[in-house]
Amino acid sequence: MARIELAGIAHSYKPNPSQPSDYALRPMEMTWQDGGAYALLGPSGCGKTTLLNIISGLITPSQGKVLFDGRDVTKLPPEQRNIAQVFQFPVIYDTMTVGENLAFPLKNRGWKTADIERRVAQIAEILELSGELKHRASGLTADAKQKISLGRGLVRPDVAAVLFDEPLTVIDPHLKWLLRRKLKEIHHELKLSLIYVTHDQIEALTFADQVVVMTEGEVVQIGSAQALFEAPEHTFVGYFIGNPGMNLLPCSLRGDGVAINGTNIALPVPAGLSVGEGQLTLGIRPEYVECSPNQTENALPARALNARNMGTHWLIEAELGNHRIACKQRALHTVNMGDAVWMKLPAERTLYYLNDRRVA
Amino acid sequence: MNKTLNNKAWWMVLPVILSVAFSAIMPLMTVVNYSVQDILGPDQAVFVGTEWFKEVMRDESLHSAFFRQIWFSLAVLAIEIPLGIGIALCMPAQGWRASLSLVIVSLPLLIPWNVVGTIWQIFGRGDIGLMGKLINDAGISYNYTGDSTDAWLTVLLMDVWHWTPLVVLLCYAGLRAIPEAFYQAAKIDGASRLAVFRFIQLPKMRNVLMIAVLLRFMDSFMIYTEPFVLTGGGPGNATTFLSQYLTQKAVGQFDLGPAAAFSLIYFLIILLLSFVLYNWMQRVGTGDKT
Amino acid sequence: MTRSVFSRAFLILFLAGSLLPIYWMLNMSLKTNEEILGAMTMWPSNLTFDNYITIFTDEAWYSGYINSMIYVALNMVMAVLLALPAAYAFSRYSFLGDKHLFFWLLTNRMTPPAVFLLPFFQLYSTFGMMDTHIAVALAHLLFNVPLAVWILEGFMSGIPKEIDETAYIDGYTFPKFFVKIFLPLIKSGIGVTAFFCFMFSWVELLLARTLTSVQAKPIAATMTRTVSAAGMDWGVLAAAGVLTIVPGALVIWFVRHYIAKGFAMGRV
Repeated sequence: MARIELAGIAHSYKPNPSQPSDYALRPMEMTWQDGGAYALLGPSGCGKTTLLNIISGLITPSQGKVLFDGRDVTKLPPEQRNIAQVFQFPVIYDTMTVGENLAFPLKNRGWKTADIERRVAQIAEILELSGELKHRASGLTADAKQKISLGRGLVRPDVAAVLFDEPLTVIDPHLKWLLRRKLKEIHHELKLSLIYVTHDQIEALTFADQVVVMTEGEVVQIGSAQALFEAPEHTFVGYFIGNPGMNLLPCSLRGDGVAINGTNIALPVPAGLSVGEGQLTLGIRPEYVECSPNQTENALPARALNARNMGTHWLIEAELGNHRIACKQRALHTVNMGDAVWMKLPAERTLYYLNDRRVA
Repeated sequence: MNKTLNNKAWWMVLPVILSVAFSAIMPLMTVVNYSVQDILGPDQAVFVGTEWFKEVMRDESLHSAFFRQIWFSLAVLAIEIPLGIGIALCMPAQGWRASLSLVIVSLPLLIPWNVVGTIWQIFGRGDIGLMGKLINDAGISYNYTGDSTDAWLTVLLMDVWHWTPLVVLLCYAGLRAIPEAFYQAAKIDGASRLAVFRFIQLPKMRNVLMIAVLLRFMDSFMIYTEPFVLTGGGPGNATTFLSQYLTQKAVGQFDLGPAAAFSLIYFLIILLLSFVLYNWMQRVGTGDKT
Repeated sequence: MTRSVFSRAFLILFLAGSLLPIYWMLNMSLKTNEEILGAMTMWPSNLTFDNYITIFTDEAWYSGYINSMIYVALNMVMAVLLALPAAYAFSRYSFLGDKHLFFWLLTNRMTPPAVFLLPFFQLYSTFGMMDTHIAVALAHLLFNVPLAVWILEGFMSGIPKEIDETAYIDGYTFPKFFVKIFLPLIKSGIGVTAFFCFMFSWVELLLARTLTSVQAKPIAATMTRTVSAAGMDWGVLAAAGVLTIVPGALVIWFVRHYIAKGFAMGRV
């Protein structure tokens, strides 16, 4: 168990990085609390695996320091950091049995056989692998193999953190949730720090207490699932989280109203909005847009494009000036394609972003 | 791997079967045809059944050529496989050094086999050859045309030089196909270098090693041009291996019947030994590739 | 670290030893026959390019080179293309007779090609394909296709089937999956297969010589023509050897990234 701090960490795969785009991971500061369950969420190539590998020691960062409980481990190799890593596909030793696989790290540390057997039995019990200990590891299914991978990490009593790099990628969908539940159990029981990299927001939001959202090498927000949903600090977070993501409409200040580009409508300027240089964007989640066939106060006229029944709700897409706006709501007053509809954007749910960062 | 049962897979395999069978079946039929006849003249052939087979099997010089061949192939495997694995492990994984190593390593493979024999003919000469002269100058008496052991060793060395690169290339490609994650996990597990070789690299090279062993076994068992050009099978018949024995029979004595019979026996010997080798290696592996 | 020093030294020793006979061949190619047979010299005392001139001025050599490259390239492409689906089938599916079929393929490499000379001659004459590049390319499929299937199958079996299944779930069609996901994963296998097909076809002299006469005559024929009335033309043969290395070295140079590329699964 350890508190992990990243101080001034940045990483570039190029020898002489000069501009932000050369960095796989832009300069950042972060603290991971001891015993926390974190998810690193972001699309492919955003730098999450790089960040994970810096924490585990498989990569030495170009800049900055990694501290475990205040101790500088930046120069230490993985085996001396007491972390465990589970990869995208099962990494097991084919020629060994399940038991031998789990025992391997302990053998390398010179443990006594009796102690090894006890510890292996303990971990196998937690992972529900006790019956397979004598079987050859290569014959098992992918999810069992991932459990073995995880087991080899858990088997060391002093393991500080377990890092997961998209571990459910090759698992059958119906087994994924079983494994996720097992991970939560382990977190609860062993009180380990868990850091879980994924590009799947459902996985991230259900697994972690805190989600770290990344894009293009940068950490854009850290927060609980609720915080990310209700108050995204970055347009990327708004867009990436939620299904469908947030409606993002370019807008500008005109007089004392906010006008959505391409339309003549203006919304009241929110309190505290300071305008600077750059693109102003309005963001509102489809869940909060209210769509009605009748004109209502402060509602914006739009033209319906289609309405789909998604089972638990209706998804309505409408055209507002040059932009599309989506609306998710329970009930539907009959809407046909081409109908005029009125979209209400409740002020308390409407967020404003300047150059993609939240300002109001 | 758990394979799915799917007979439609035959369609994927059909082009390969056609292209190969097209070339293979007819010659096979021809050979079988010749092997059971005594060809006395252009249109005079007498059916003799298994006569040739019996005669060939009784031939003393066949027996000695056979044993010579077995020893040779065993020696080839014993040297080339471990050496090939070792070199592949030493070669860098990327960068210009890797490219350079790859090119240099492959060069011996690209020389036409008769040129290989010719080069080594001069190379091994005690008077005008680099290797021959160096060995003799070092005080060791070496003469591959006169001494049987020297001839054997020279043919063996020539084969090792010529064909180890095949093993190296296969093993190298196999090593490169191992995902980095395995090495990373081994690091985290605190595995020693030897453990990494034993538990990760060697098991994952299983497929590639099987091919290397079978290929080298078969090709060494059929070897003809290089030793023939180098020593002509001599001194005496010290380096006369099976292929040369066959050619002597067919060409030298122009006896198509026995030659065809022997071709079939030769083929069956290789087939049998390869089959045994193949099954043995499958079992020695994990046993899950069934 | 002593381990890496040892392995560096071992590699350099091996490469140097490997180059020795090649250097010797180069040496011979720049000497006259008299000098070759006269004494052992590390470098030609009378450097001569005559051997190379003999080769380059002989029209048969030049066209022989081209002809060989044509049928070898044809064969390489055909062998790999035919082998890919078959190797995939052997790797992923089980079907009636699959193990026997797999082994049967290899048996085609278990006879000295000499056995096929006469039958091939008759076969291709009947089809009127004598002296064509395609004839040699097809004939060489006999030993190259089984090799390609075996090597590719070995590499394909190293890729877990779960990858295929994940791709289908993600919505990939089979061709798209095969080309965009699967093939890049077995890059090193394809590289090494292509090189071996090239190599075995390039050095095969017997069949190539038998099936051709003028139009498609490969270097093979001219290679064996170096025994004249005055005896073996050592220098010319050595020069020919040096020249035949060049295309192969180029091939391996071109596929070097395929062979050396690792299993890059980071962004699946």
